[in-house]
Amino acid sequence: MRRLLLAAAACAAFAPWAARAQTAPLPTLTIGLGDDADILDPTLARTFVGRIVFAGLCDKLFDINARLEIVPQLATSWQWTDSRTLLIHLRQGVLFQDGTRMDAAAVKYSLDRHLTMPGSTRKAEISAIDHVEVVDPSTVRLVLKTPNAPLLAALADRAGMIVSPKAAEAEGKNFGQHPVCTGPFSFSERVAQDHITLTRFSGYWNAKSIHFSKVIYRPITDSSVRLANLDAGSLDIAERIAPTDVPAVRKNPKLRLALYAGLGYQGITFNTDNGPVAKNPLGENALVRKAFELSIDRTALVQVVYSGLFPAVAQGLPPASPFFAKSVQPPKRDVAAARALLKQAGVKTPVDVTLTVTNTPDQRQTGEVIQSMAQEAGFNVKINSVEFTTGLSASAHGDLQAYLVGWSGRADPDGNLYSFLHTGAPLNDGHYSSKEMDSLLDAGRTTTDLAARQAIYAKQAALEEKDLPIMYLYSPRTVDAMKKQITGFQEVPDAMIRLQGLALGK
Amino acid sequence: MRGHFGTRVLQVIPTLLLVSMLVFGLQQLMPGDPALILAGEERDPAVLAQIRDQLWLDRPVPIQYLHWMGGVLHGNLGYSWRIGQPVAQLVGEKLPVTLQLAVMAFIFAVCIGVPMGVLSAVKKNTVWDYLANGIGLAGLSIPTFWLGIMLILLVSVNLGWLPPSGYVGLFTDWRQSLATTVMPAFVLGNAIAAVLMRHTRSAMLTALEQDYVRTARAKGVREWRVVLRHALRNALVPVVTLGALELGTLLSGAVLTEQVFSIPGFGKLIVDAVFNRDYPVVQGVVLVTATVYVTLNLVADLLYVLINPKLRAA
Repeated sequence: MRRLLLAAAACAAFAPWAARAQTAPLPTLTIGLGDDADILDPTLARTFVGRIVFAGLCDKLFDINARLEIVPQLATSWQWTDSRTLLIHLRQGVLFQDGTRMDAAAVKYSLDRHLTMPGSTRKAEISAIDHVEVVDPSTVRLVLKTPNAPLLAALADRAGMIVSPKAAEAEGKNFGQHPVCTGPFSFSERVAQDHITLTRFSGYWNAKSIHFSKVIYRPITDSSVRLANLDAGSLDIAERIAPTDVPAVRKNPKLRLALYAGLGYQGITFNTDNGPVAKNPLGENALVRKAFELSIDRTALVQVVYSGLFPAVAQGLPPASPFFAKSVQPPKRDVAAARALLKQAGVKTPVDVTLTVTNTPDQRQTGEVIQSMAQEAGFNVKINSVEFTTGLSASAHGDLQAYLVGWSGRADPDGNLYSFLHTGAPLNDGHYSSKEMDSLLDAGRTTTDLAARQAIYAKQAALEEKDLPIMYLYSPRTVDAMKKQITGFQEVPDAMIRLQGLALGK
Repeated sequence: MRGHFGTRVLQVIPTLLLVSMLVFGLQQLMPGDPALILAGEERDPAVLAQIRDQLWLDRPVPIQYLHWMGGVLHGNLGYSWRIGQPVAQLVGEKLPVTLQLAVMAFIFAVCIGVPMGVLSAVKKNTVWDYLANGIGLAGLSIPTFWLGIMLILLVSVNLGWLPPSGYVGLFTDWRQSLATTVMPAFVLGNAIAAVLMRHTRSAMLTALEQDYVRTARAKGVREWRVVLRHALRNALVPVVTLGALELGTLLSGAVLTEQVFSIPGFGKLIVDAVFNRDYPVVQGVVLVTATVYVTLNLVADLLYVLINPKLRAA
């Protein structure tokens, strides 16, 4: 009995130390972003960097992994009961950061909000949904208008983020100033252009995986300054470092690099039928576009401008995608063949081409390399360097001939192709139109079988390589730099910085 | 007297009205459709139409202007299209940051430029003079963004003395605030210091040749006293006028410095707003800046009249 009492006394004496050891203050993580996020409302948000902040703030129904597979997050499982009905089973015991419970009603509220809220930028992504039904508190049924394979990938992004109905109702259109979701960190403070601070949410369903007390996102637009901040210790992670800084990071013993596959592409969109500017040999004749392609050595271009860090591609899907068509590879540069094609097309050389590029150093340099290569084959390329918004507007209104522009990419192939190539689709700025292409893209969207979709997208890539409405150049990889002590960084092609499992070692 | 005050105050109204029309009109000339940027990457046509309707972008420009002015007259500068925050709140957050930076830069400029100008004049045609002129020339020629990045690399990355970027409010933690602003203020003040140095030098050279300086020397006044009490006091009059003018330059010069050092001030706010076609922010910032300038001018005019009664009749 006496021993027992002594043991109890010892336990009581050491308990405060034990408790203190367990609750040792967690460090703060500071992430340098390439830009300031826009509004922090998943329904209205538009920017890439905004998605990085949401990775700490809002969990989604699904997520994607490094192999681009759909994995559950707020959902535990899902099943297609038929081609137009998706049943989602939800994780139980999940709380919103305001303490209310996440359930099927909240999922229905969020999806309905995405579909009906004025100005919603999610509406197009999930427009296939006809209505949402609450089956029971942990099951929700999505009834679609038509079969839609890309829906799961959309729900693995902002459209799958579930907001607190209580907070959304209370805040109304100001919800983006005080967002409340189910993510590992809750919103604390935002000073525009300076920082966004999130604080660890103790009620997070997967709290064990979170090893920071706070996350501070700091927008630092200049890549060199971002890297200098990382080097000086003001940042723990700097996202999107310039490829030219890669050797410096590799040499720095304090830092390490995460260089991994992306989802997007960089290419030249040709104006084939958008207004009078399209009336030229390059816009009207696929042979001329093919000759232009043959005059360019993509691998050499990537070597010159990006030190060879990115893979050259001739299709809109990244090599990491399970739908990447291995049969469609960039052709070798062949100036003689290019000249022969121009002769076959019966056009007068040199063919005048105005290539619009965004006025960033790397894009201008890319334009100059293209200009110099294409000249040898009989093209007179003039570079028109404009600011991004101006270029975007000119492209949409058909005020340019060829546009060097990229796409950040989506996990599902439909997200990289349909909107750019389908007749009348919103991002089809060149107004390319082909019945065969339309039917392939429609089939890719409505078919859910993986092998069948792979076959469809292989055909689509081959057709696109023939028509060449877009000449893809390379698939950019993500280059993030971080302190050597950072562990658990997940290299997922969507380039989001996932905070689950991330830690700062010694 | 009251009539004069009243007329001057009334003159401000058409000036501000003109500024508001100019900024609104010039903005329309900028290439690029703001709705395309706001609609997100997907650019869904339905969303585009909704945005145009919501933000009155589909109405004629005069109607858009009247709608905005209606809000302004009721004290509402509108909301940022990009981040949804009230423009007045953004302006209130950013203006003190830039003012702090400008004041610190001005102190740097005076503390470096004036002594260097005096030294250069007193030691005319010596190594000190050449050195001061060389530094002045470098200060004028070195681009702000280059100097900023070099200082970050040297002072923050290699020496680890100061934070490389960011900002902490003066009333939040004054030490951290000074630590975050000292480097950008130096960079910003550098070019002004060079201008002040050159003007101080030439004013001092003139002053040092004046009779009263010769008399002071003849009376046996010590040289440092001659320089500082007799020559410098007279030489400073045009320098002070120039310095006051350069204060305005500092406010606009802060744009680049704020970008390099990621300081969330007025300059960074307007640059980001222009690139993102965030019209309400551009309009709000320009209108507030114009109001501040016009008000300061008005106060100066009224002070002149109060100080010099001769002007009252004018």
